Amino acid sequence: MSEIETTSALRVRNLRKSFQEVIAVDGIDLEVRAGECFGLLGPNGAGKTTTVEICEGLTEPDAGEVEVLGRRWASDADALRQRLGIQLQETQLSDKLTVVETLNLFRSFFGQGPTPGEVIALVQLEEKRHAKVVTLSGGQKQRLALACSLVGDPDLLFLDEPTTGLDPQARRQVWDLIEEFRRAGRTILLTTHYMEEAERLCDRVAIMDHGRVIARGSPRELIEDLDRQGKPLTELRARTATLEDVFVSLTGHHLRDE
Amino acid sequence: MSESLPQTRRQTSTPGRAGLGHPLLQLVLVRIREFAREPEAVFWAIFFPILLTVGLGVAFRNRPAEVLPVVTSSSTLASALRQDPALDVTELAADAAADLLSSGKVVLLVEPSADGSVVYRYDDTNPEGRTARLLADRAIQRAAGRADPVPFSDRLVREAGSRYIDFVVPGLVGLGIMSNTLWGLGFSIVDSRRRKLIKRLMATPMSRTDYLLSHLFWRMMVLVVEVGVPVGFGVLAFGVPVRGRLLDLVVLCVLASLAFSAMGLLCASRARTIEGVSGLINLAQVPMWILSGVFFTSERFPDAAQPFIRALPLTALIDALRAHMLWGASLPQLAPQLGTLGAWLVVCFALALKLFRWR
Ligand SMILES: Nc1ncnc2c1ncn2[C@@H]1O[C@H](COP(=O)(O)OP(=O)(O)OP(=O)(O)O)[C@@H](O)[C@H]1O
Ligand SMILES: [Mg+2]
Repeated sequence: MSEIETTSALRVRNLRKSFQEVIAVDGIDLEVRAGECFGLLGPNGAGKTTTVEICEGLTEPDAGEVEVLGRRWASDADALRQRLGIQLQETQLSDKLTVVETLNLFRSFFGQGPTPGEVIALVQLEEKRHAKVVTLSGGQKQRLALACSLVGDPDLLFLDEPTTGLDPQARRQVWDLIEEFRRAGRTILLTTHYMEEAERLCDRVAIMDHGRVIARGSPRELIEDLDRQGKPLTELRARTATLEDVFVSLTGHHLRDE
Repeated sequence: MSESLPQTRRQTSTPGRAGLGHPLLQLVLVRIREFAREPEAVFWAIFFPILLTVGLGVAFRNRPAEVLPVVTSSSTLASALRQDPALDVTELAADAAADLLSSGKVVLLVEPSADGSVVYRYDDTNPEGRTARLLADRAIQRAAGRADPVPFSDRLVREAGSRYIDFVVPGLVGLGIMSNTLWGLGFSIVDSRRRKLIKRLMATPMSRTDYLLSHLFWRMMVLVVEVGVPVGFGVLAFGVPVRGRLLDLVVLCVLASLAFSAMGLLCASRARTIEGVSGLINLAQVPMWILSGVFFTSERFPDAAQPFIRALPLTALIDALRAHMLWGASLPQLAPQLGTLGAWLVVCFALALKLFRWR
């Protein structure tokens, strides 16, 4: 009865991680509720990938607690792996395998899930079913990577920049997939640099900078906050504020590349 | 708690592995596909040993017994020397004859002296020179009327099994197993690590043991080609003997393949770049190239170095292959070599498991 609010798919407390002298994650708290799509935003180098990979159990944090689907990595790694879908920011799948062979491999690791043929249809790669990965375009590779994250019929999906490098059609198609997945009651944590994407897909977002969360809430709340502060909009156009305005106003105009 | 997650609608989801079999099967299939679709790798695995065997077979083919070139300035001596078919006799003026000897074109100069005796000039550190001197002296003494007090006859032995080609084929088989396995595994693993593919696989429920085992199984399948091609070619083209039992040969090669695979995993366990792993593989291989007796017997190295040389896995493999193929040794007789290979397998695999960088 009292648990309605506490059903969280992911809970992170006071997470810290440094690489040599770089502090990548500097004390982060996050909660992703079951069934929502949560967006992690932030400029290059903000610490999004590091945070996500700690949640995925791929990176050891220096400090802090991570609870995924109510379980801990230290004790339940095997069970957790069966229930997570993961797309890393950068993975080059094996060039010499075909699309279906790649999915056969990934599907064989899971005890449940759609058949490789079904995921291929889901990401609309039917025509490329027997094409070698090396011959795929960038966007097609991206969709194959997404397909690999879906073969285990996951309860929680981690997508690190799933639409970077996609053309507008392919991007919309990935959005449809994510919405469909969410409608089926699953949970998504995604990172993105596209504010319209976050605005459209995410129930809530957290904006990170320099390893900290500097704002959080639903896109609507964040935009309303900005409107209340009456800050100038990014472009000289008569329009209402967008999440992009929120982002730029919080993180500044300068470039973040090392 | 996980069961309480809302699950309004499932997409199609088939329980089980969707008819794909054990993950290890899929991993091994991936290894084989990646290998078979790399034409260069297949070329080196199949044709390189053949090319090498042919090259060495031609270079060291058994010629009719060596004919030794000798020179003399006397026609009487020349006709005496020509009685021995193993001597190739040239007749020249004294000066020119001396030149021929000093330039190394003949191995013996036979000079007549004024008092009727004969002077042999040759280099006594050159076995051919010594042989030519003995033959020449015998021919000259016989021509002068010496009779051999003990009658004799020659029975020539030129059997398969004692030629250079018989010696070198087992060496090449061992060398092939070692270098194909180390390079094949090293490149495949480091390339996957560089592409972050290992990290991506670690994000699935894949078992680490299955991943490592898939490499060992893949190498065992390639082994059929690696051993079958050079041995088959040696047998068919040169009549190289395989006197031991075939099953024993299979056991020996499988154990060797496992040992070198473990060594390959160890070389590739930390490296992030192809350059890094190449350096390590060369470091591991070069001592064995030199010391393990691929092209000539390792017994030529000093006694003090022998315990070290015997402990190398390639020495163990090649010694065992020669003993099996040439002398028909069976597994119990190969126990010391099998033990050495087994020890390398256990130590390298344990270290590789401990050191392996899974991301
Ligand atoms: N393996 C590593 N070794 C050293 N530094 C690292 C490593 N991984 C990340 N960093 C550093 O940590 C910081 C955060 O990196 P991270 O990849 O998490 O950023 P990000 O928010 O995902 O950026 P982007 O939007 O560009 O993907 C950066 O300064 C980065 O240089
Ligand atoms: Mg990132």
